[in-house]
Amino acid sequence: MAGVTRDETAGILIPAVSMRGITKRFPGVVANDSVDFEVRAGEVHALLGENGAGKSTLSNILAGIYRPDEGQLFLNGKLVELNSPRSAIEHGIGMVHQHFRLVQTFSVAENVALGLPGRFSKREAEDRVAALGERFGLPVDPRALIWQLSVGEQQRVEILKSLEREARVLILDEPTAVLTPPEAEVLFETLRTMAAEGRSVIFISHKLDEVMAVSDRVTVLRDATDVGVVEVSETTPRELARLMVGRDVVFNAEDTLNRATVDWERVVLQTVDLRANDDRGNPALNGVSLELHAGEILGVCGVSGNGQRELAEAICASRGRTGGQVLVDGETTIGKDPREMIRRRVSHIPEDRLHTGLAASVSIEDNLVLKAYRAHPFSLGPLLRRRSIRSNAIQLVEQFGVKAPGTSTSTRLLSGGNVQKVLLAREFSSDPVAVVAASPTRGLDVGSIETVRHLLLEAARRGVGVLLITEDLEEALALSDRILVMYEGRVAGEVSRDEADLTELGLLMGGRSAVGSGAQQTGGSES
Amino acid sequence: MIRLEKRVDASKWLNFTVPVCSFLAALVAGAVLIASSGNDPFEAYSRIIDRSFTSEGAFAATLLAATPLLFTGLAAAAAFRMGVFNIGGEGQFFIGAITSSWVGLTYGESLGAGVIPLMMIAGVAGGAMWAAIPGALKAFFNTSEIITSLMLNYVAASLMTYLIFNTESTWRLTEGSGLMFPQGRLLDESTFWPFSHIGSVDVPFGFWVGTVVAVLVWILYRKTRFGFEVDVISDAAPAAAYAGMRTRKTLLGVMGLSGGLAGLGGASDIGDIRHLLDPKGLEPARYGYTGIVIAALARLNPLAVVPVSILMGALNNAGRALQGPDFPAGLVGTLQGLILFFALGGEVFARYRVRVKRSPRASAKASSGDVAVATGAGQTEAPVGSPSSGEVGT
Repeated sequence: MAGVTRDETAGILIPAVSMRGITKRFPGVVANDSVDFEVRAGEVHALLGENGAGKSTLSNILAGIYRPDEGQLFLNGKLVELNSPRSAIEHGIGMVHQHFRLVQTFSVAENVALGLPGRFSKREAEDRVAALGERFGLPVDPRALIWQLSVGEQQRVEILKSLEREARVLILDEPTAVLTPPEAEVLFETLRTMAAEGRSVIFISHKLDEVMAVSDRVTVLRDATDVGVVEVSETTPRELARLMVGRDVVFNAEDTLNRATVDWERVVLQTVDLRANDDRGNPALNGVSLELHAGEILGVCGVSGNGQRELAEAICASRGRTGGQVLVDGETTIGKDPREMIRRRVSHIPEDRLHTGLAASVSIEDNLVLKAYRAHPFSLGPLLRRRSIRSNAIQLVEQFGVKAPGTSTSTRLLSGGNVQKVLLAREFSSDPVAVVAASPTRGLDVGSIETVRHLLLEAARRGVGVLLITEDLEEALALSDRILVMYEGRVAGEVSRDEADLTELGLLMGGRSAVGSGAQQTGGSES
Repeated sequence: MIRLEKRVDASKWLNFTVPVCSFLAALVAGAVLIASSGNDPFEAYSRIIDRSFTSEGAFAATLLAATPLLFTGLAAAAAFRMGVFNIGGEGQFFIGAITSSWVGLTYGESLGAGVIPLMMIAGVAGGAMWAAIPGALKAFFNTSEIITSLMLNYVAASLMTYLIFNTESTWRLTEGSGLMFPQGRLLDESTFWPFSHIGSVDVPFGFWVGTVVAVLVWILYRKTRFGFEVDVISDAAPAAAYAGMRTRKTLLGVMGLSGGLAGLGGASDIGDIRHLLDPKGLEPARYGYTGIVIAALARLNPLAVVPVSILMGALNNAGRALQGPDFPAGLVGTLQGLILFFALGGEVFARYRVRVKRSPRASAKASSGDVAVATGAGQTEAPVGSPSSGEVGT
């Protein structure tokens, strides 16, 4: 490899980053257990692992945010100690966090210059940002304010920030989580450019295809320790998955489960010209009509922010409807109160699990009756019946395989996958006719994703209609009977699962209609 | 190096030990302060104990001083449990005193002792309605209840002053000495709340009422659907709305409950202690604000409010009794301040674990020898085996 530094005297390879025996404990957990991690100069190195495997902790240690309890860090063969994010920056380590660290009301140039020594000259900063952007293929208007930018552009600003600080090692924490597929492609190109210049890029992900596509080598973490380093050219997604979870993972749910037979005669949930506003009061849902049948999984895809969240909330009445109708089993609903939809047995798995779907500090057993506590058997008049609440929890924890120290534990202490299981246990145990699931697998590890998908398919087999709102196209393709694509608050197109292909879906998501509907649009504008 | 780490699960044991240790620490700090001012701390403390507990009639006086604080403490605890910061206990207490004294003055003679429950109801209703104003403003317009409830304290105080000083209202004494100086009209003796005698101690009726109410509030929060809703709303309002809880209704309920408890305190003040509407006596007492301190010391547990209010009542009582040239002025107030200070400081220990650690530099030194050999990096970097402070930071 061209960019690798060679020590002239010894003639051996010195890695750009070498972490040795890193151990980090948090109260109750060991997040990193004697992890060894090495990155060469000039490579894109993926850090792969399930949620809770210790990827973020390790990268936060490298970025100077956490201090390890044990272990050492060598940069280009020299032992260094990072006391703060600032000292990490001084050592040429930059990190792009999953949640950006940008000042919303500042311009791009101001954000990039923020914290740099010396006097701030606006013109100079803008020129430098423009030049840097050109060099690395990161076009962004230096004068634009952050809040005006899309998420993908904001990410570019974060990368530019690190480059401006002469980062030799760049850590990206799940950078593609917020990007559309084409945007991700552009990002990968940038990462390769940076590596070609001799920088080290650490790419944290749990998406196997991306790891295969962009990186040179992969370090896999499992249960807080490193379980293997492999060259991408010598491995397969299947092998990586096995390393990651310690067993073979079934990718295609069809292999194990008989699909549900959809009852096309029975519409369990229907929306007619449904409209709603976003949080700022601007129209976000501009007339969506859809029909969900018994036993059907209807996928709703789209780049986030095209009305999917509002669709789920307007159906479940946790967001006010500004027009249109929602029918459950053919009957119209008023839509003023989530309680009505709960009574109509429409389950809702919201995007924000831990603060909307569940109350984080409240115990598991209480969260499991969050919707049912009002009535028998969980309360008697005004009094709660603690005993039935507990036995309900014990049964559901067992049935859904929630790993928890006890049913009175605060829900926030559980891992992401177990949090989602608590939520699903409640929603699926309430005998729903329809389930509205918003990004039910987002941010989960491979094992939990499998469990969640399994539960969705199983519900469909029992005759429940599942509205699966997801940004993960592969997931939509794997699970859905039909797929709707949303764009700017409307249904941009519908494809059945047999004829769907990723490119076409990607085009619809990006607002480019497929040929047929494009003609329709032209016809519409003429009349 | 000393570090604080968040406790994963706060243990029940700490709920008790931390406040007690904070209290003892406050006493020690107070003793240092007294000693540095040239007085004998042991003497000062023994005089306080004497005048608040042991001497004749002292404990009865302490209970009497504790009774209004018991209600305002419960009022604050009830609201703070939901993260609703009702600072208006003071004003709600005044309004409760106004409404219950009106009932006493109007129906006292005709109804006899039967008027006592009516006074309580009037006090609760008055306080609850007064608290409903900031409650409704918060529920419907999302205004800060801290500001609105606090401001209404001044309105309530002014209203009370107006009723006695600027009108010829029912509350004002309009004959005899009332012609010389504006003052409240004394209620009929039938409205006086009865004292019960436990041994040699006279226990005011309001104290029993407050204790029973404390148990009821505890049950309400621990055992009922209402308490369940309060728990969820205080933790995650979006989750509560998602689950179909009526957050506005619960907010109004909590504000009403809190105000009602403070208003009941006002009724007890009329029935147990003053027997007339006395703005010049009520305002400087600052029961409402002390109630906030009590709720904080009791860690918002309604049952703990009972002993804490006795403690604060004891200090108030001793402070009043011991004022004089031979006792340090302001000592009791200083002690109360110290107790609050240490109690809030103690919260840190209840929520976080203190870890005294060797510096990472020292531990790196201890383990670096074998690790350096294992990595092989030692071959290229001679001084790696002994990282010194000089090398760190290069």
